[in-house]
Amino acid sequence: MAARSIRTRGERVGRLAVLAFTGLVLVFLVAPVFVVVPLSFTDSEILVFPLPGWSLRWYEDFFTNPLWTGALYNSFAIGLSVTVLATVLGTTAALGLHASRFRLKPVALGLLMAPLAVPVVIVAVAMFYFFARIGLLGTFPGMVLAHTVLALPFVVVTVLATLQGFDPTVVRAAASLGASPLFGFRTVTLPIIAPGVVSGALFAFVTSFDELVVTIFIASPRQRTLPRQIFSGVSENLSPTVTAAAVVLIVVCMSLMIAVELLRRRSARLQGKAQ
Amino acid sequence: MSEPIVRFQEVSKSYDGRSLVVAGLDLDVVAGEFLTLLGPSGSGKTTTLMMLAGFELPTSGTIRLDGRDITALPPHRRGIGVVFQNYALFPHMTVAENVAYPLRVRNVPAAETAARVAKALGLVRLAAFGDRRPAQLSGGQQQRVALARALIFEPPLILLDEPLGALDKQLREDMQMELKQIHEALGVTMIYVTHDQSEALTMSDRVAVFNDGRIQQLASAYELYERPVNPFVARFVGENNQLAGEVVACEGDTARIRLGGGVTILANAVDRLSPGDAADVSLRPERIRLAHGDGEARDNLVAGAVDKLVYLGESTRLFVSTPGGPTIVAKVQNEEAALDVARGRPVQLAFRAADARAFRVERPA
Ligand SMILES: Nc1ncnc2c1ncn2[C@@H]1O[C@H](COP(=O)(O)OP(=O)(O)OP(=O)(O)O)[C@@H](O)[C@H]1O
Ligand SMILES: [Mg+2]
Repeated sequence: MAARSIRTRGERVGRLAVLAFTGLVLVFLVAPVFVVVPLSFTDSEILVFPLPGWSLRWYEDFFTNPLWTGALYNSFAIGLSVTVLATVLGTTAALGLHASRFRLKPVALGLLMAPLAVPVVIVAVAMFYFFARIGLLGTFPGMVLAHTVLALPFVVVTVLATLQGFDPTVVRAAASLGASPLFGFRTVTLPIIAPGVVSGALFAFVTSFDELVVTIFIASPRQRTLPRQIFSGVSENLSPTVTAAAVVLIVVCMSLMIAVELLRRRSARLQGKAQ
Repeated sequence: MSEPIVRFQEVSKSYDGRSLVVAGLDLDVVAGEFLTLLGPSGSGKTTTLMMLAGFELPTSGTIRLDGRDITALPPHRRGIGVVFQNYALFPHMTVAENVAYPLRVRNVPAAETAARVAKALGLVRLAAFGDRRPAQLSGGQQQRVALARALIFEPPLILLDEPLGALDKQLREDMQMELKQIHEALGVTMIYVTHDQSEALTMSDRVAVFNDGRIQQLASAYELYERPVNPFVARFVGENNQLAGEVVACEGDTARIRLGGGVTILANAVDRLSPGDAADVSLRPERIRLAHGDGEARDNLVAGAVDKLVYLGESTRLFVSTPGGPTIVAKVQNEEAALDVARGRPVQLAFRAADARAFRVERPA
């Protein structure tokens, strides 16, 4: 160990290069966020630096203009429905997959995960044709179903991860103490895996809330969601309201992801303690 | 004997459809007894217990509880208390909530629940720990919580699957005593699984020795130790010399057996033996004395030389080789051995015929 701390000059240069490269990548990834946030507070009609002056007028526009409030409402309505549906389906799927000794388990898991691996455009095209045939194109249920398919893998993965540390004998213990399967699930299994379920639910919401590609394919012209409205706002007329909308989207998604991380730590701590 | 509380009738279990993990089990459990299932790893003890608890379905046969067929009854409707080896406490509940769980299931009013929880925690000496989480308790304390939780709904029968397996020796012995006291105080029937034979002998009213999914012997600790019915039980319970030999003569229940190298002994014939049969003789090391030519009457005197000595504190284990015959292990009290036993020294081993138990065995020629 001691010998290792003495680095040659070459090694030191190498380390610096890696650090510099990592920094560049981070700047590249995060910079747009830092550009868009100040821009959203401009008081000018055009997006320029330095800001001519500060104002909240674009936020006011965002929260009063029916075009934007409608999109926000749609995004929440679809997102919450997706959250409920994907969480229920994903949790039960994860529980079933975890418990079963079914030979085709990897295949079932692979199929559930497919929307993550297949390019989104392909999924979108497939859904477009499929939904057109069964009359779901441009409908609210259609949007919810499409987003649920995309969100499901996240729920399954997070719940399965929580189940790794779950001791199945507590379920047997509950049964031996007189609990029916349903009562045992409600009072024992669910509270223990709750952090995973909630993380999965948050992931599901975020997945739907910032989904654009599939939405463009299957939503009707009047079904505007927040990402879609931003997209058309940018391509049609670059009103600074777009930046305010983008900041709202960023804030919602980031706070949910922070919540997921906090839950993950809490759950790791609980399981770490309970052996 | 009163009506058995539990009756296994011809119960078999196979997980893979080919090999039987439990084979044709017939077992009656007497109400109020402490019965131990003892056997090596994989002998089917846990499977037997899990079939009784309702977590595994027998492949064939019936299980009765108080005369009622419960073979296919789901576990939560059996009313049997179970204590699991890894405790299986609910990590998200406090100790008191864990113990109260069976009452919560049964909608017992809050005031009565509080009183009964306090009583159950008192019984396992954890009265002050109700507000802790399981993770904040030691292994022994967790085990006692699991026990209180299984006792609180007053089941007539409690199953314990190696409940002390994860505890260190001192704690294990304390918990053995405590379990026995609770068993006696409550008069509840307990079925206990272990592969620790000394635990089985000290705690049980009766012990069922399992091997290959079958009960080899079901008897009291005394019977099991003094009169094992087959070589497996003799080998598994306590320490034993297993001496292979051939029957020379047999008269009543005393057989003369040649062990090879001209060593011939008198033994107690457990099975029916006739001259020419192959036999295994079981002989406990502590039943062997060193003869000092003082004219003591002994059935058997075998001459040999000490190969190895292992000092055990209160006793010494001697490995004695007989000329051309088997090596015999003797465990002698140290006041006697201390005399002048040393490696290479010739000794005379003396033991009674009744302590040498001869079983007939099939030996490939
Ligand atoms: N769920 C299962 N599926 C398949 N085989 C099993 C299952 N449970 C147990 N077995 C097999 O059945 C046999 C008996 O197992 P069992 O757990 O009853 O043994 P045991 O006597 O309790 O052993 P131990 O002392 O190691 O706990 C073993 O060979 C085991 O591999
Ligand atoms: Mg076992």
